[in-house]
Amino acid sequence: MGMSGIFTKLIKQTSSIGASAPRSWRLLPLAATLFLAGCDGMSVMNPAGQIGVEERWIILIATCLMLIVVVPVIGMVFFFAWKYRETNTEAPYAPEWSHSNRIEAVIWLVPCLIIAALAVVTWISSHELDPYKPIASDQPPLQVDVVSLDWKWLFIYPDFGVASVNELAIPENVPVKFHLTSGSVMNSFFIPRLGGQIYTMAGMETQLSLVANETGTFGGISANYSGNGFSHMNFKAHSLTRQGFEAWIEKAKSSSNALNLTAYAELAKPSEDHAVVYYASVAPNLFDSILHKLFVSDGYACLPPDSSLRTAAKEQ
Amino acid sequence: MFGKLTLDAIPLHEPILVVTGSVVVLGGLALLAAISYFGKWRYLWDEWLTSVDHKRIGVMYIILAVIMLLRGFADAIMMRSQLALSYGDSTGYLPPEHYDQVFTAHGVIMIFFMAMPFIVGLMNFVVPLQIGARDVAFPYLNSLSFWLTAAGAVLINISLFIGMFARVGWLAYPPLSGLEFSPDVGMDYYLWALNIAGLGTLLAGVNFIVTILKMRAPGMELMRMPIFTWASLCTNILIVISFPVLTATLGMLTLDRYLDMHFFTNEAGGNAMLYVNLIWTWGHPEVYILILPVFGVFSEVIATFSGKPLFGYKSMVYATAAITVMSFLVWVHHFFTMGAGGDVNAFFGITTMLISIPTGVKLFNWLFTMYRGRIRFETPMLWSLAFMVTFTIGGMTGVLLAVPPADFVLHNSLFLVAHFHNVIIGGVLFGCFAGYTYWFPKVFGFKLDETLGRWSVVLWVTGFTLAFAPLYVLGLMGMTRRLSHYDVAAWHPWLIAAACGAAIIAVGIAVQIAQLYVSIRKRAVLADVTGDPWNGRTLEWATASPPPFYNFAVTPVVEGRDEFWIMKRKGWTRKLEDGLQPIHMPRNTGTGVIIGALSVVFGFAMVWHIWWLAIFMAVAMVAASIIHSYDTNRDYFVPTDEVERIEGEQIAQAA
Repeated sequence: MGMSGIFTKLIKQTSSIGASAPRSWRLLPLAATLFLAGCDGMSVMNPAGQIGVEERWIILIATCLMLIVVVPVIGMVFFFAWKYRETNTEAPYAPEWSHSNRIEAVIWLVPCLIIAALAVVTWISSHELDPYKPIASDQPPLQVDVVSLDWKWLFIYPDFGVASVNELAIPENVPVKFHLTSGSVMNSFFIPRLGGQIYTMAGMETQLSLVANETGTFGGISANYSGNGFSHMNFKAHSLTRQGFEAWIEKAKSSSNALNLTAYAELAKPSEDHAVVYYASVAPNLFDSILHKLFVSDGYACLPPDSSLRTAAKEQ
Repeated sequence: MFGKLTLDAIPLHEPILVVTGSVVVLGGLALLAAISYFGKWRYLWDEWLTSVDHKRIGVMYIILAVIMLLRGFADAIMMRSQLALSYGDSTGYLPPEHYDQVFTAHGVIMIFFMAMPFIVGLMNFVVPLQIGARDVAFPYLNSLSFWLTAAGAVLINISLFIGMFARVGWLAYPPLSGLEFSPDVGMDYYLWALNIAGLGTLLAGVNFIVTILKMRAPGMELMRMPIFTWASLCTNILIVISFPVLTATLGMLTLDRYLDMHFFTNEAGGNAMLYVNLIWTWGHPEVYILILPVFGVFSEVIATFSGKPLFGYKSMVYATAAITVMSFLVWVHHFFTMGAGGDVNAFFGITTMLISIPTGVKLFNWLFTMYRGRIRFETPMLWSLAFMVTFTIGGMTGVLLAVPPADFVLHNSLFLVAHFHNVIIGGVLFGCFAGYTYWFPKVFGFKLDETLGRWSVVLWVTGFTLAFAPLYVLGLMGMTRRLSHYDVAAWHPWLIAAACGAAIIAVGIAVQIAQLYVSIRKRAVLADVTGDPWNGRTLEWATASPPPFYNFAVTPVVEGRDEFWIMKRKGWTRKLEDGLQPIHMPRNTGTGVIIGALSVVFGFAMVWHIWWLAIFMAVAMVAASIIHSYDTNRDYFVPTDEVERIEGEQIAQAA
């Protein structure tokens, strides 16, 4: 185990602070939570999953590191301004003094040290919390394919063959691997209480790993402006018990809707404040077709005529 | 005949726009009538519109910036009041199609047509005076730069009343800004306004680099230049490197929209992320284009009002140069959330933090300039102190956003909005205000009223804190930007608080307008006859206030840093200099304002697809340039006796 291994372990330990750290350390996130939690199910300072907890911890560590230099600077502004005011003729006045090697050494060194520490935190946490990285767990991850549309969210559950609009359900304590794309413009998929966001972009696939460590209903939102219906592009993310999740899947399966290509084309048309919809079945490879823009219907361009993907699309 | 333009393009169904439009039209007519009534057209044309004097052009830039500040602030008030209202069942008074134009216009106007003209205006006025030059290197180009910038501003304001503005956010990411999702003219107004104004900025950048490198007074070595001039040099280097990227990027988007090309669409191999990378390759240096000159302003102000030379001049120069280079190495931090891996994100996060090292050094330099000084708390110094506190906080939240996992939850949130307003208002705008109050007596020969100035600082700082501290909290509470409506109860009180902050800022702006009015009325009392109202340190204070059009009767010979301070220590007094010689000066030309006007019509014709008019205007612009280049009667000499007469009058006034 090299240096980075040791730091990784350190970060791991400190970020699980809520459970095992000394009491005084535990107060820090607690205070932040009390101040900002609200009762609305949206606050990133009140995370409900491991990724969110670790990201909050990074925010707190980085802030404290910077306060080491920020607080003295602000203090010095007020202190120097007061002490060397024109009317205070007692204070020393050095009208030609403008250089000191010692002071210059310190003022370059202090920011360098703080940034060096922050750089270490950044390097490790960027890798540890890379949204593509699977979350270590004894449970196999649940896969959810996400498509942002104008202006609603489509969630496809490839393992269960069901889909939903504007409602996400996930089992508690099971890592979720999202694969995301957009059927329209850019959006950003964000459930603040579970952790970081990721963009959805047409023709490109992004991935995001999240986990909910408690049951509850969390607000989801598009974080990137996408046009007229953007403000209502919300969804509810339900974190359910194993049984609750299975019941939710059953509910979707018992729906009379089927998400075939026609239904998708209809769904993809712009609409605002879309109601929750469940689909009992999903056209095979729908997500990949959206990703690679294999539709030949309105609003979608065709791939070059010789494309093998195009042939595949026709066969579908 | 008129392309896409029909009478339907005039938004008669929008009461807000009808009222605003009527006020603008009536106000405009009243202004034109007043100019005619007082017979000032000749004066306006000869002394201002066709002027190539860097001081006049600087003033016009700042007038443009102030007008656009009012426009952009009106947008801000609309956004803050909408969000204070539109909770739950209430939808507020701005529907999304209107609100989305408002936030797009606010961003575009505040960056391109408020902050940029303000700093370019300050540089225009101050830099030639600080380096002992008579004008910039290319006076006609300077006039053209200004009029192109003004043309862009005019186009944006036309979009308010004819057609609409873009609804895409200030950086207009495709595919939303492409033809498929924004088929209306709003996006075309955006593109042509920025293309035209961007060209003006690029030309200004070239002009200032040459001016600073080639036109310094004898003896002013690079390491003797005032810090504001150093900052201006670095900023203009950034402009010349980065603005071509903006022009190319917007040019490609224009081609996508007009000629059905596919640089940024998913069809035919285009890619929207290409746009995102390119626009931020310009966009991040742009942040430093704005902040470096105001760092220069603060350096001048803090040294002057502390009665001491700037602490660590060399550190300051190296820090500025370091920021110049590093600003090109950080652009990916604007999209950590687009799925680049850990290596890429960590790299750009760390390069971003590295910039905070030279920035932190600058703060310490200002602190140690105050240390053992004799600090006078006049308005420019109060803006500087307010800046030091707010900017430190803004810098801290900026470094926090540079940590990728923190950014994952804070990106696109109101925390981000609070951060960049913290550095742009607390940094750039406070710096512009400090510069405005500091150099105002130099420009017009009288100081601004001190009492009202102090009130404006207090109101701005209070209003700013109340308006943006809640946004930090809201960002941590998961509220994202650009929402026009929300259902989360916990956000509502914070948004009401933010709206109150905006109202206090409005009072602050009103006080500034009152300050200008009162100061003009009291100009005899506030007059600065010495040319050196603040006990200044650099060469601009060695000339009269306002300076004669040729700046210096005799070009000064520079012996060190803070040259005017050295001169004063040697017992300098204002007197008629020996060795007067005829002064070589550029002649005014109307070509700049004519090409500017043609470019407005050109842009308008392109927006509305009036091709014949666009072609006609393009040909006319080229023709005007060619005609100008054949004009050999561009300069003249001011005879010695005239210089003697002007100098004599000023000395008599000072005595």
